Amino acid sequence: MKEFDFGTDLGGAWFASPIFTASGCASSGKELAQFFPLKEIGAVVTKSVMTKPRHGRPTPRMAETPSGMLNSIGLQGPGIDYFLANDVPWLVEQQARVIVSIAGETVEEYSTLARKVRSVAGISALEVNISCPNVENRGLVFACDPEASRRVIDGVRKTIGGELPIIAKLTPDVTNLPAIASGVVDAGADALALINTVLGMVINLDTMRPHLGGKTGGLSGPAIRPVAVRAIYQVHEALPKVPILGMGGVSNGRDALELILAGACGVSVGTASFGNPTAIISIQNELRDLLIARGFTSLKQAVGYAHRAEA
Amino acid sequence: MSTINRFASQFVATIVANKRVGQYHQIILQVGDIVTSCKPGNFVAIRVGGEDSRMILRRAFAISRTSHTASFGGTLELIVAPHGSGSKWLCAQEEGVELDVVTPLGTAFGIPTEPVKALLVGGGYGSAPLFGLAEVLKNRGCRVDMLLGASTGQKIYAPMEGKRAVNSLRIYTEDGSVGERGRVTDPMWAMIEDGAVDVIYSCGPMAMLRAISELAKDTGVVHQCAVEEAMACGVGICMTCVLPVKNEDGSTSMLRSCIDGPVMDGSVVQWDLVGQIPEVTQ
Repeated sequence: MKEFDFGTDLGGAWFASPIFTASGCASSGKELAQFFPLKEIGAVVTKSVMTKPRHGRPTPRMAETPSGMLNSIGLQGPGIDYFLANDVPWLVEQQARVIVSIAGETVEEYSTLARKVRSVAGISALEVNISCPNVENRGLVFACDPEASRRVIDGVRKTIGGELPIIAKLTPDVTNLPAIASGVVDAGADALALINTVLGMVINLDTMRPHLGGKTGGLSGPAIRPVAVRAIYQVHEALPKVPILGMGGVSNGRDALELILAGACGVSVGTASFGNPTAIISIQNELRDLLIARGFTSLKQAVGYAHRAEA
Repeated sequence: MSTINRFASQFVATIVANKRVGQYHQIILQVGDIVTSCKPGNFVAIRVGGEDSRMILRRAFAISRTSHTASFGGTLELIVAPHGSGSKWLCAQEEGVELDVVTPLGTAFGIPTEPVKALLVGGGYGSAPLFGLAEVLKNRGCRVDMLLGASTGQKIYAPMEGKRAVNSLRIYTEDGSVGERGRVTDPMWAMIEDGAVDVIYSCGPMAMLRAISELAKDTGVVHQCAVEEAMACGVGICMTCVLPVKNEDGSTSMLRSCIDGPVMDGSVVQWDLVGQIPEVTQ
């Protein structure tokens, strides 16, 4: 029997496994390395980094919700210079594949970040997070606005040239997701990351005020998985040739398979790692077994399989 | 290799005892040889709710004591208050139940190499890990005094056998139902002034830790406190449980209480900034 082909391609970058960490859910990799070798998964997608060090939002930053959680971290991080000088070389030393995620407050900041990333070796792709819900001004969520999304991706593409694949991370909190997706693809995105968290709120019954320091937060976990499946299905239907890195509440192999069947060619594991530091390894093994059990000889065959014509 | 979570391991631990002690539950977990890496101050993160639970996050519990017995091998003791849905589920589990645990996590209390005069201060069931610490300090030849406080007597956790490890124990309740009426901080200034304290070890509500830090400020007394912030992951990847901590250069960093804590130097925590966002200095 031919060996099962688990490899995947994201806009020109090849990965031996389709299972990745999700940005913001693995920090820069060091914390999880105690639990499994980082080189065993498809890639580490690092926490979205900005140009300057950033403290993020005030605590409380988290509220557990039924089958999910709300977070308002607010992109706390060391800034791009420290990150590229320390965290990336460490990941490369671990022989991990690295996808760097960047976030900016302006179109220019994204370009600046891309220029810095371009100069560092060992990075396989660039995720452009234009959909973080935890910024001071919701108006800054570029991915809610087709024109702003386009300008960010266009700026990054022009800065980075053809060297690194660009993955645009989008929010499902829009009326017409395929239209936003096709706009960023036209502007130069090679792949799409779907979905970021869904904006939510929890009110504390003791204080009778919003529980989170940032008031609103991003909902993640199994509670949003159907939203992710829908978003991936819709975008794959509209843009069948554009690779999708799927994410949203995946906590076992069957969940990952669901996203693959909807049209994702890679799956990121986020909140599941909070509850289980080795979740990503189990998910990877379970997905492989499930694909083989269904008679697929490669991951590629299963991508978007839910869209096939009726027999 | 990274040094974060260096001794941590994820494994299945069996509950070998679960009994009610006042308002709390004393739960003993069989953990094998990893017990040798578990120090006072470290915590364990436990998956709760069983298969397909709607609770997706682990719950963190301070390790109150470790031991090694012939019948069970290495064991960890946890003192759990059944407050939320996760801790209630845990307290309802019977002997023989297997739990998915990650431990040891977080920083441990620093143990002095020379004998010192140690003051251990606990609020509510925050006193639990102090009894294990008291034994370690006692074995190092330290003098160990303990102050425990709570709103009411039922919330004081002070096991009989734990009292053996301390030279003195005073209890304070706000309603006066047990011990003296008042707060643990009431006698502290006099003790510091008398030179009766070299190091304070504390565990309990944040307001208590803050009050102790203010008392100990500029006195030369070291204050190691185990902080309490809501955590999602317990292993450093979610950035939920951060606290503002002053760096040597005067700037402030938001440190994770799961990996840079729970035991922190009380004199560098920016207590007045907890729940706020400090200015970024560069």
